[in-house]
Parts: sequence; C-alpha cells; structure tokens
Amino acid sequence: MLRRLLPLIVFVALGLLMLIGIRISADRDPDALPTPLLNQPAPGFALPELHQPDRIVRSEELAGAPYLLNVWGSWCPSCRIEHPVITELANSGRLRVIGYNYKDEREDALRWLGQFGDPYDLIVVDEDGRTAIDWGIYGAPESFLVDAQGVIRFKLVGPLSDDIIERDILPRIGVASAETATP
Amino acid sequence: MIPELGQVALILALLVATLQFVLSLWGAQRGRESLMAVARPAAYTQLALVLLSFVMLTVAFAGQDFSVAYVANNSNSLLPMHYRITAVWGAHEGSLLLWALVLSLWTAAVARFSRSLPPEVIARVLAILGLVAIGFLSFMLFTSNPFDRLLPAAVEGHDLNPLLQDPGFIIHPPMIYMGYVGFSVAFAFAIASMLDSRSAGHNSERDWTRWVRWSRPWTNVAWAFQTLGIVLGSWWAYYELGWGGWWFWDPVENGSFMPWLVGTALLHSQAVTEKRGSFRSWTLLLAIAAFSLSLLGTFIVRSGVLTSVHSFAADPARGVFILVFLCIIIGGSLLLYAFRAPDAVAGKPFAPLSRETLLMTNNLLFSAAAAMVLIGTLAPLLFEALNLGRISVGPPFFDLQFAILMAPVVLLLPFGPFTRWQKELPGRYLPLLRFAVTAILLALLLGWLLGDGFTLKSYIGVAASAWIIAGTLRYAWQRLRSSSALNAETAGMLLAHFGMGLFVAGVLLVESLGVEKDVALKPGSSAEINGYRFQFDGVERVQGPNYRADRGSLVVFDGEQEIARLHPEKRAYASGGQIMTEAAIDPALHRDLYVALGERLDARGDGATVEASSWSLRIYVKPFVRLIWLGGLMMMLGGFVAAADRRFRKPATAVRTEAA
Amino acid sequence: MMRNFILPLLFALLPTLACAVEPLPFRDRAEEQRFQQLAAELRCVKCQNQSLADSNAPIAHDLRREVFELMREGHSDDEIKDFLSRRYGEFVLYRPPLAGDTLLIWIAPPLVLLAGTLVLWLVVRGRRRPAAAETLRPEEDA
Repeated sequence: MLRRLLPLIVFVALGLLMLIGIRISADRDPDALPTPLLNQPAPGFALPELHQPDRIVRSEELAGAPYLLNVWGSWCPSCRIEHPVITELANSGRLRVIGYNYKDEREDALRWLGQFGDPYDLIVVDEDGRTAIDWGIYGAPESFLVDAQGVIRFKLVGPLSDDIIERDILPRIGVASAETATP
Repeated sequence: MIPELGQVALILALLVATLQFVLSLWGAQRGRESLMAVARPAAYTQLALVLLSFVMLTVAFAGQDFSVAYVANNSNSLLPMHYRITAVWGAHEGSLLLWALVLSLWTAAVARFSRSLPPEVIARVLAILGLVAIGFLSFMLFTSNPFDRLLPAAVEGHDLNPLLQDPGFIIHPPMIYMGYVGFSVAFAFAIASMLDSRSAGHNSERDWTRWVRWSRPWTNVAWAFQTLGIVLGSWWAYYELGWGGWWFWDPVENGSFMPWLVGTALLHSQAVTEKRGSFRSWTLLLAIAAFSLSLLGTFIVRSGVLTSVHSFAADPARGVFILVFLCIIIGGSLLLYAFRAPDAVAGKPFAPLSRETLLMTNNLLFSAAAAMVLIGTLAPLLFEALNLGRISVGPPFFDLQFAILMAPVVLLLPFGPFTRWQKELPGRYLPLLRFAVTAILLALLLGWLLGDGFTLKSYIGVAASAWIIAGTLRYAWQRLRSSSALNAETAGMLLAHFGMGLFVAGVLLVESLGVEKDVALKPGSSAEINGYRFQFDGVERVQGPNYRADRGSLVVFDGEQEIARLHPEKRAYASGGQIMTEAAIDPALHRDLYVALGERLDARGDGATVEASSWSLRIYVKPFVRLIWLGGLMMMLGGFVAAADRRFRKPATAVRTEAA
Repeated sequence: MMRNFILPLLFALLPTLACAVEPLPFRDRAEEQRFQQLAAELRCVKCQNQSLADSNAPIAHDLRREVFELMREGHSDDEIKDFLSRRYGEFVLYRPPLAGDTLLIWIAPPLVLLAGTLVLWLVVRGRRRPAAAETLRPEEDA
C-alpha cells in the first residue's frame, strides 16, 4: 500500500512547496536580490564629489559614524518617489545620507537636485558604474546602511519608505552606534 | 452588450460542465442510462457556449472595444486587424479562455469519435473532462474574467506586446494548448478506468487493455500537438528574440517540456500494456503525471512563483486558486490510484532481454529526465523557501544532465524495434549492428572530409544521428521485406524515430559548429565569418503600420557569389515606445545566416574611437539548426500517423457482448 | 495593474537605446569563444531570466565589460565567477556551484535514476521467464 501512496506523498510535498512559493512571491519584490555583502566590510571607493569634481572622496573618510549610501540617478523615476523620504531622513539628523550618483550625466544630476532638493551630506559620482559593481549595485534606487566601523548592515533594493526606516534602518544604527559607544 | 453576452455564455458553460460532471458520473457509477446520456449533449453544448464566449471576446478586440479592460490592456488603435484577433490570447485572461475553448473542443471530439465505446465508459471520460472544465471556467469567472469592464472606457489601449505581434505567436499558443489539454483525455481515460469497478474488481487484464487501447490514439494526437507546440515555441524564440538561441530551459519552457517527456514515456508504456497486458500501473501513473505536469506548467506561468521571461503577471490569489485546483485534480487522482490501481502484477511474462524491458528502460529514462527538469526548475524555489538564499539553475545544469540521460536513449533506440516481445536473443542483433556501424563509419568519414571545424561534439552528433537513422531504416527495410506494407502504427514509429535522429544531429552540430560575432561596421565595409562575407550597406528609416524602424541592409557573399540579402530591423512601437529587435535570417538546411542590428555607434570619449555612423551588428552562422525543428516536425508527424492506425478505429463489437 | 504577456522581457530590452552594444576588442577567436561561453553561464541580475551574453540591459553591458577586463587581467573562469558571486550572490551563476548545498541539486537526478534503475531491475528479475521467444505475426509485432 505504501508503494501506491508514494506518488500522492510526493505530490503533497510538491504542493506544500508551491504554497510556500506563493507566500514568498507575494511578499518579495522579484527583482530584489539579497546581497552577499551583508555584515561584511563595505567595499571601498574613491570617487569624485558631484559639487567639487576635483575632490576625490574615499570611503575611509566616512568611517567613524554610520551613514546611508543612497544610489540614485536623474533617469530613475522611483528615485523621485523616495526623495522626500530621503530628505526627511537627512534633515532629521539621525543619520548621515551620502548620495551615490549612478550612471548619470553631471548636468542632469545637478538639474535634478536643483528641482527636487539636495539633502545629501555629499554626493559621490560613479558615471560608468565600475565601482558600483564592487558594491553589487545593479540599478536605482538602492540604499546601503554602513555602520561606524564600515560594515554593511542593511541593503535595500527599491525606494525607501518611512516603514523601512523605522523597521530596518533605525534599529540597526542603534546596534552600530552601541558598538562605538566606547571610542 | 457583447462582452456581457460572452460572460453569460461562460457562466452557462460552467453550469453545463457541472451537469456534465455530476450527472454523467453518477449515471455511470449507478448504471443509469438516462443520466449517462447527458454526457454527449453536455459536451457539445459546452463547446457551443465556450465558442460563443470566445467569439464575443474576438469581436470586442476586432471592434476595438476599449471599455473591456482586457482589450484596453492588450490592444491599440494602430494594431493591424490580424494581430487584434490574435491578441485575444495575448495575456492571462484571454489565454485561459483559449484553454477552455481547446478543452471543450477535445471534449466534443471525444464525444463525437467514440461511437464504439460503451456508454458508461464515455460517460465517465466526459465527466472527468467536465471536471477539468469546471476548474478552468470557474478560475476565469472568479479570478480572471476577460470580460471585466473598464469604466470609463480607455481612450486608447496599451497595445499588444510587440513581441507577440508576429506570425509565430499566432500559432504557437493554440498548438501548445492542444497538447497540454490533449493530455487531459488520456488522464480522463485513466481516471475513468480506475472508477470502472469491473477493472478494479476483476483485475481483468482484458478490461485494462481495452481502456488503454481506447486512449492510445488520443494520447498520440495530444503528444503530436505538444511536439508541434514546443517546436513552434523554439523556432519562434529563435527568430523573434534576436539572440540566436533555440532553447533556454526557462521555467515556462520546462513547463511544456515535462509533460512532453512524460507523454513520450506514456506513449510507449501504453503500447506495452495494450499488447502484453503489462505495466498497467505504470501506464496509469504516467497518464496522471502527464496531465498533472500540464497543470503544473499552467501554474508556473500564472502564479509568479518562478521568474521567467514568459510569465504572465504574478498574482498570488490566482496562484492559490490554481494550487487548490491542482490539489483536487492531482491529489484526487493519486488517491484514487492508491486505492484502485491494479494490485497484482499481470501480463505475459518476459525475459530480461525483451522489448518489454527495453520499453521499461525507455520509460525510466524519460521519467528520470522529467524528474531532473522538475528538480532543476523548482530548486531555486526550494532554496528560497528554506531560506538558503537565491540561486539560479540554468542551461549549464540542464544541458549536462539531459545529455547524460539521453545518451542511453540514443544508444538503445535502434535496438527497440528489433527486439521481440517476451524474449530476444543477442545474436539476432548482428544484422542491425553490421548495417548501422557501417553507416556510422561512412557518416564519420563524410564528416571528416566535408566538415569544416568539426569538434568531438560534431562527430558524436554525426555518429549518434547515423546510428539512429540507420537502425530505423534497417528495421523499415526488414519489415517491408517480410510483409508487404507497414501498418500506420509502425510507420508512425519509424517517422518519429527518424525525426529523433535528425534532432540529435541538429542539436550537436549547431552547438559545436555555430559561430557568433559582434562587429562594428561602417556602411560599405564587410565582416568575414565562417567563410561568408557580410557586407553592410547601411541603415535607413522605414515606417510600419504601428512602428518606426531602423532597417539595415546586408549582402552576404560566398566567395564571389551573392547568396543572400538581409534586412535586420530595430523597431520603435508608437504605442509605448518599446524597442524591438527583428533579426534577419537566411534559412537553409545546412546553415542559417542570422543578423541582429545593434546600435549606431557614435564617437565616444572612453578611448575607443569608433567612427560616427558605424553600427554594431551581431552575426551568427548556425549550421544545421533547421534539423532541430525538422526532426521535431517528423516526430509530430509520426505521432499523427500512428494515431491513424486502423486498429484504433475498429468498432469494439466484441466488447459489447462481453459487457452483457 | 494588469501587465502584458512577456512584459518583463520587454523591459529588459527597453534600455537598448540607452546603451550601445559595443563589440569588444578580442585578440583572437579563442578569447572570443571563452568570453561567449563565460557570459552565457552568468545571469543578468536585472532581467527576467536572461544570460549576460543575451541581455541588452545597461547593467549587463557593464558586467560584460567587467568580465572582459578580468579576463584580460589573467583571471581564470572560476575566479571571475567567484568575483561576481561575491558581489551579487550565487544568483548570478547559471551553473549552481558543485559544493555546499547546491551540490544536492546536482546529485538528486542521478539518485532518482539510480532508484528507478533499482526498481526496474527488481521488476525484471521478478517476472517469470518464458521458455522461448514468442514469434508474433507481423501485424502484431508493431
């Protein structure tokens, strides 16, 4: 009898997998890949600053306090949607927000900022996208939370929202800054 | 008014299908003639209603009725008429209606061409088909109604996806649905046979054998359509998508291939059960599995569970509905199998070396192949469910595993027809081996003399193909010599096996000899690839009915002789600005020349000085790629021919007297 | 909002104008073939199931350029695949690694085949053997 129930058992297992699959796909964005860089030291960069193209910003300079690296471009519609959230976060002073201008033209980026506001502490420019590959960036908007030691604690693919800030970002700043409590 | 009529027709069809299921089955199980008699008329009525519904949707498209949401999403005022009509099955809701239509066609066909079957048999089979129809019709009415209104009506439609504005698309989905849905007939026969208390109670070989004989022609035809559908899909992707590939092991492609693999095993298993009475349980299980995989394929495409280029819009609610339906149909049938499958091993005995064993091996290999495809397709989902991260399983996996499983199939194939039922002696294969090995050596010699750039893979392809074709022809010769003519079943088998030989040649040769090159050319300059010279004559702007295009011109030379003119295009569609690459192909049996237009390359400041107005082009030379589809078509032909065997159409008068 | 059939693929093709598919300066046929094979084994991270070789998305263009440069720097295929999977995850590999948990994916089908072969052997062994081959009439021998 077991032999004859075997096909049914296999099917039930399959069905359960499908059900779990539906649950998963309902929640997640199919384009958002989990990053292997989580809880790893952030890749370095040495990129020009948008407003002062002669100045090269190195990632080492940013150590000592956590920051949010926000990947954006003037060509990206969703970046416009998340921009108010970014602005509010930057203005609240709870976290440094560093802009990462990705695959963009300088004039377009400046115009975009002029139109929508520039909340960033500073903005690094990656015009050809080479450095972005080191970070596993593949589009915009994306955001990385980097703690004071330079370790990536969270990555978001897609636009930032207040919920995500409350739920995923702020708690992790607490973790990071707790570690820096004793300098 | 018209859409509402279409919707009402669907509701009525659902009611009729319910009656078809409930009354016919009740009648068959209880022996009530009057209830069983509902089956055929119900089937015809269902067809009429679903057809009416389909026509109404088509009229809405033809008339550009943008107050129907589905039409507004998939059509456009600039869309040419023939594409307006095929847009009916261009997205989820409409393709479901096509599914339902094809199902009602098959159901009506079974009702029509089954005069020789006893009434309780036809009642059960039609009842099960009715159950399947209930599933699809209710899925449409409750979650995916093609007739939903959009109020206020859209001023302009979103347009049919430009990828689908293509002749290949007109024919591929209907054919593949004919296959998918066709397996439901074998399934219905299998379920009906298990519900038949006579088969279960008496364990009579004769009863099971009868069931299988009845379902064979239907299975053969369904398999043939599935083969055609897959061939069309592969060919269409090849010329439409612009990167020269003919199979990608994409989840939806796999969804169509798994039923085909199991269907192939089913075909062969049915032959054994019918002629020798053996493998009854396997045949039943394969019939259930083939249709189950069809349904699984439907699930994969529409639930958003797996990422695929083919997926319809992901909707978890729809996914749950289909899953429930799957559980009822498949779970129910497997439960029935657990209780009602024949328990005793039956059939005429056979030796280790016999056709039975070979066919059993065949079943094993094809089923294992289907299992492998299932594993590879679902592995990413399993990993994500277990929180093991997101992985990919792609062509490197499938190609290798499939080759390993098919190698024994290729080796054993020619032995099959030569092996007698029950017991065979090894010495009897000598004539086959002598002939085939000679053919292989000749073919390898030809390859060595004429082949340009042959690798080991090319030689393997030539040898394997020669092995299969020579073995098949040798058997044909032997049969024709001993008896004057071949029956349809044998002829079909020979055609299909021959097709397999062509297919293997095509695959291995194109994979080993195919060349791809990205070039940047100024108008007037040429690229030399595989001995052909591709001269680029520039690009001009042209206007299509609903698009603007950059149209390239190339002249291909073989030595001094001009052999082809190619016009690849890059189209921008007016409706949404989408860019489509239309590759230009010069087809021939021994090679395809394939060009896709890239971009105009302007001088860039990144160090690469490319002259302005040169264009990037991707050029392929694909030797023998047509053999892949030709082989597939021959397999399809074999399926149809085998189904036409007179034996299947003989009225089973003897059966009636037994039943009394 | 209802989306069209194959719409995601279309989005993958959409950025074509934004990025020129520039032919790469291969030294020879061998290098070109190696690149094509490698690019075919890598997955475009932003597309709906397309390889790096086939995709026209901007990120695919960038990654192809990266792969090419890594090849020029002398890295092996495995090193290049490792480079990308460290940054984008194992998702980017169409060939699941032959180690760790993905090894199970590779051995599962052979196990299925093995199990099936065992069943087949048991069944064949269990059947009563007939004395001689039954010669059927040609019509029956189909």
